Amino acid sequence: MAKKILIAEDSLTMRSLIVSTIAAMGDYETVEAANGFEALRLLPREKVDLIITDINMPDINGLELVSFIRGNDNYRDTPLLIISTEGSERDRAKGMALGANAYLVKPFAPDQLQQLIREYLD
Amino acid sequence: MADKRSSQALRDFISETEEIIGSLNLDLVRLADSLDCGDCDPDVLNGIFRGAHSIKGLAGMFGFDDLSRLSHSMENLLDGLRLGKVPFTQALVDTLFSALDTLIRLIDGKSGDEHFTLDLTGILAQLGEAAEGQAPAAGGPLAGLELDAGILNVLTEYEEHRLVENVRKGRRIHLLRMSFDLASFDQELAEITQQLKQHGEVISTLPSAGELGARIAFQVLFGSDLDQAGIAVLLDREDLDIRTCGGGVNARPPEEPIAAGPLAEFAVTEPDGPADAENGEGGSSLRSISRTVRVDIDKLDLLMNIVGELVLSKSSIADINDRLKSSGDKALATELGKATRILERRLQELQKSVMDVRMVPVGQLFEKMTRIVRRVANEQGKKVDLDIRGADTELDKLIIEDISDPLMHIIRNAIDHGLELPEERRSAGKPEKGLVRLWASQKGNHVVIEVHDDGRGIDLAKVRRKALEKKLISANQALTDEECYDLLFMPGFSTRDDVSDMSGRGVGMDVVKNNIAALSGMIEVDSRPGQGATMTITLPITLAIIKALIVQVADRTYAIPINSVLETLMIEADAIDTVEKREVIELRRATVPLLRLDQTFGLAATDQNPDRRLFVAVVGLAEKRMGFVVDELLGQQDVVIKSLGKALGFIRGIAGAAELGNQKTILVLDVAGLMNEALRGESSLNV
Repeated sequence: MAKKILIAEDSLTMRSLIVSTIAAMGDYETVEAANGFEALRLLPREKVDLIITDINMPDINGLELVSFIRGNDNYRDTPLLIISTEGSERDRAKGMALGANAYLVKPFAPDQLQQLIREYLD
Repeated sequence: MADKRSSQALRDFISETEEIIGSLNLDLVRLADSLDCGDCDPDVLNGIFRGAHSIKGLAGMFGFDDLSRLSHSMENLLDGLRLGKVPFTQALVDTLFSALDTLIRLIDGKSGDEHFTLDLTGILAQLGEAAEGQAPAAGGPLAGLELDAGILNVLTEYEEHRLVENVRKGRRIHLLRMSFDLASFDQELAEITQQLKQHGEVISTLPSAGELGARIAFQVLFGSDLDQAGIAVLLDREDLDIRTCGGGVNARPPEEPIAAGPLAEFAVTEPDGPADAENGEGGSSLRSISRTVRVDIDKLDLLMNIVGELVLSKSSIADINDRLKSSGDKALATELGKATRILERRLQELQKSVMDVRMVPVGQLFEKMTRIVRRVANEQGKKVDLDIRGADTELDKLIIEDISDPLMHIIRNAIDHGLELPEERRSAGKPEKGLVRLWASQKGNHVVIEVHDDGRGIDLAKVRRKALEKKLISANQALTDEECYDLLFMPGFSTRDDVSDMSGRGVGMDVVKNNIAALSGMIEVDSRPGQGATMTITLPITLAIIKALIVQVADRTYAIPINSVLETLMIEADAIDTVEKREVIELRRATVPLLRLDQTFGLAATDQNPDRRLFVAVVGLAEKRMGFVVDELLGQQDVVIKSLGKALGFIRGIAGAAELGNQKTILVLDVAGLMNEALRGESSLNV
């Protein structure tokens, strides 16, 4: 069964870009959440193998999502990538400290993302 | 980023940025409004920051360095502002507005040509200057709060700052815990957040880690003057647990948690009802991804055209059915009739659904106007309040697009020509700040947009003088007020000797009027000296498929859009009176002027008998009434209006062509145009 990637990102365009970048790899399925709440709702329903999240989202921020995921037995070991615009250095450090596996800065090249995904899923 | 993005992605990008800009614009106006009280709403400010931040992220992905640099500078300044490092001043707001203007021009340009760019040196320098000398944010008394590391660790730098700000304001900091059904937690949280915001600030909403069952627990970090009892009463929830972590005017020690209900199982509870069981299992049909899709208006147009063709096919079937009934198999005709009626109902539903999709609130349009108002007011040194009402009134997306320039022009005019300078207003005993009202409302099948200013009003004597100068009227021509207003819409007319930069941007009111007429709408003027002027635009809700009254005039068939028809009458020839050389009829004590369509279109009447019965379709637009005299009323029908194209588009009195079900094409009357022409006394048109 194809491995599944959850993408939490509030910008539709950005989400589409990430999805198409992953689709180009051919091997993975994607599930999309337009905000943190949707991500929370999708998590127990979808068996997700990797999570990609933005930090700046309108309802709960990406850090909270990371903390929630790492504090939950079911997802403790699910690889998690933060994709965010280079912003606050402190936010970035917090994300990593909370247990994100990698932090990718927007704008990113498609092969950067593809390489990271392969690293954690293959 | 040199990689090539698809043109679809680029279109997505443009439309998403346009959306972001729409709300940026509104939020900036709100931010500017809060200058007076010196304190800005953190939600509004954060919204603006997020907007700039999103555009920056997207611009980078598309390799738009210019856009990226501009949005980055804006974001940087906004970040300083929201973190309290940059003081909130008028100059800063002005800089943000010019930056937004540049941003809009940049995106406008790129939507036509992705290589479009602008010289950003000036605006970047301005933004940089404004963001300079950021004082480090005041060190916060975070240490005094009893918040555990688990919470502090997930707060963004901005949320930390808000926490400090709330403490500084002397608010208590509470941590509220409650749990929700996984199926509905977002709505419930949104409601709670809304309630809480009335009494303070929701600093952060955190999901509690734990097993995700049918329920999910959240902690809400809330800064407020309310105490625990107050919050308990406000939210009235069984499972609410409140812990006060500090803050408060007297920096009170944390209070004991109060138990509003069972406290034990916040983090996770097992499914406790059949409804939960249903929601707990993840069928793929429950998969919740974003619930909106963005659709190109051309696709909707295509869909609408197909629906239109279907409606016409349905008419053909109904036609065949009629013939079958009179000539063929009666039983079969009845069955076909039934099937046709079902088809008709379904088609109506389909048509309505497609129409609904095309409808957008005029608020989108009004948002753009807020920026125009600000800019024009600034440039002219005038103070203006914009009062918007009816922003949720819906109009066809295409009409919204087409009305946008005319409306902008009218609003510019209202501020430029209508409103006086502050000192002039003061000496006239008016408030210094002028008021522009932008109101929308739905009246039947029309939407009325009213632009009112409380300025000096239209100077009729001046209008007359100008018209004389321009030889639009003769010296001894008597004109009613209304006829004077009409002069404003004549080509080349302008009451200002010096055409100002704003109002005189290449278009006159004649163009505005023509644009509105092209949408089957009309514009009316009303003015009171010293009290201001009102421009009222009446527009049909949609243009795509309309119900029409089919009439016969001489041997021609025409369609009159039914939304303009108030009633139809059959009259005897002697019911017609003549007042001031115009034919009129008496209708419920009102006098309705008549327009004989056969004469208007230069058609020879088929029946020359002066005493024959005539039919009158009484049409009305806004407050005006008129009776169109026709030979026969042939019934109502759905028609799909097609433009006559550029070559024939100039024909007066005709709005377009429509196909009938039986493959016949007929002309659709331009009711507004005909009424205007007739009321002005030029009732002979040549077709």
